[in-house]
Amino acid sequence: MSDDRTFVIIGASQAGGWVAQTLRNEGFEGNVILLGEEPYLPYERPPLSKAALLGEVTVDSTYFWQADALEEAKIDVCLNTRVTAIDRDAKEVVTENGDRIAYDKLAITTGARVRKLPIDGADLPGVFYLRTMEDTLAIRDAVQEGATAMIVGGGWIGLECAATLTKLGCKSIVVEAADRLCGRAVTPEISDWMLKFHTGNDVDVRLSTGIEKFEGNGKLERAVLPGGDTIDCSIAVVGIGVIPNVELAQEAGLKIDNGIVVDECARTSDPDIVAAGDVTNHPNDLLGRRIRLESYENAQNQGIVAGKAMLDNTEPYSDIPWFWSDQFDANLQMIGLPQDWDETATRGDVESNEFVTFYLKSGVIDSAISVNNPRDLRVGKRLMQGQKQVTAAELEDPETKMQALLKR
Amino acid sequence: MTDANIEFHAVATTAEVTEDEPKAVSIGRMDIGIYKLDGEFYAIDDICTHAYACMTDGYIDDGQIECPLHGACFDIKTGKALTAPATVDLRPYEVKVEGDQIMVGVPKADD
Ligand SMILES: Cc1cc2nc3c(=O)[nH]c(=O)nc-3n(C[C@H](O)[C@H](O)[C@H](O)COP(=O)(O)OP(=O)(O)OC[C@H]3O[C@@H](n4cnc5c(N)ncnc54)[C@H](O)[C@@H]3O)c2cc1C
Ligand code: FES
Repeated sequence: MSDDRTFVIIGASQAGGWVAQTLRNEGFEGNVILLGEEPYLPYERPPLSKAALLGEVTVDSTYFWQADALEEAKIDVCLNTRVTAIDRDAKEVVTENGDRIAYDKLAITTGARVRKLPIDGADLPGVFYLRTMEDTLAIRDAVQEGATAMIVGGGWIGLECAATLTKLGCKSIVVEAADRLCGRAVTPEISDWMLKFHTGNDVDVRLSTGIEKFEGNGKLERAVLPGGDTIDCSIAVVGIGVIPNVELAQEAGLKIDNGIVVDECARTSDPDIVAAGDVTNHPNDLLGRRIRLESYENAQNQGIVAGKAMLDNTEPYSDIPWFWSDQFDANLQMIGLPQDWDETATRGDVESNEFVTFYLKSGVIDSAISVNNPRDLRVGKRLMQGQKQVTAAELEDPETKMQALLKR
Repeated sequence: MTDANIEFHAVATTAEVTEDEPKAVSIGRMDIGIYKLDGEFYAIDDICTHAYACMTDGYIDDGQIECPLHGACFDIKTGKALTAPATVDLRPYEVKVEGDQIMVGVPKADD
């Protein structure tokens, strides 16, 4: 039985790649066209601030699927192809060079772009952002051992970057506008742990401050701080957040509210269009509210759900938000979004950088963060999923086997 | 059926592997995870096919081992990759129990 429908995906990264792959895994035999403006096959972004920046992995090894696998799956990947409009009446997408591609169903997986630093000198060569493979390769090229690297923003990207550049022999200085690190994502005591941990690894962290401007003759030479002090530096990486790429969807009249608004099955306000990944604002049953996430697992699992929804196989997506980060020798993992809790339980040893902190609400895990203890966190995720009653005392007790809590 | 190219190595005792706690062993340069499931022992490659993690540090649930790093699940009996982000299976190895010794069959080193 042949299928002459064409499903088009805008954005050839993690979410878009999983939409395409899912269509095939689910047996779709029509055309699958994956359009992306970047010059690379869909690749993993997490290594960009970690192993790829360190130079430990090749570009190819960051691809989700190698070229032959995509070809075998008959996924038509068009790279270097920017989409400029969605014509919903004609059911066509328009590319930068004027081509019109007809679709029966469309997926928007345009992700997010970096927020730019609005200060003088931010456009000097030597000032970088970190979102794409090109960014990583450019930073790697510019890094020199012994250089001072100014990191603007003490969030996940900034801290990972500070760790990696330190490992590469740079002197990393992090400036963060808030009074604690990673403040939008973690609790104050975890921010404190991060500060101690980074300081202990020779990162110079400066809180409640920013950069007034960057200066240099044709290239970055120094950062000027608010008081007028200057710091000589040859490289700066800015990590101050991202902005969802909603413009295409917005201009096409889809519903937007801090992201493209989708339902639990990744469907937009147009029945023929789904969206997934960093660009969506979606409901989360477990949290009881709408969220927009910027995370690997969200791009993957919502992408899979979106692919299924294109085939009218609706499977609600309501995972517990999960995120990880690698900084120096610490693997951090987080479940849930710490917001509202009445009890805290720390299992393990904070001093030796191996612990999990659980946040409980009415005896149920509401969120948790682990440092070098992924296994207990993963059991915690299942306890949370099952809304199991636990006490802070038993979580803290090293004699307690986490698995046993699940089985009772 | 015995394969002349397979060589069995004693890697652990049966008491060292429980249903909840697998054991990481190495044979030559191969890292292998030993599991116990419904009373039987199984051996599969221990390094996740996605990025780099020891699967035996992961979490066992319902006959599956979940990668401690990014959560890919594999079938313990067959090594089959069951969930994203993994797309490549873990290699399974033959297991024999002799007395209290768990023996794992790996291809003979060709030297
Ligand atoms: C440096 C870095 C480190 C990270 N580390 C972690 C981590 O440790 N853990 C974690 O959970 N998450 C991490 N993330 C987040 C994770 O990588 C993202 O959440 C994920 O990539 C989102 O996938 P996406 O497909 O939704 O969007 P994106 O990856 O942003 O992809 C969107 C794609 O669409 C393309 N596009 C946009 N507009 C158009 C258009 N008009 N036409 C054609 N193409 C278009 C873009 O070029 C891009 O390729 C990290 C991200 C970065 C940048
Ligand atoms: S290393 Fe195992 S899922 Fe990524």
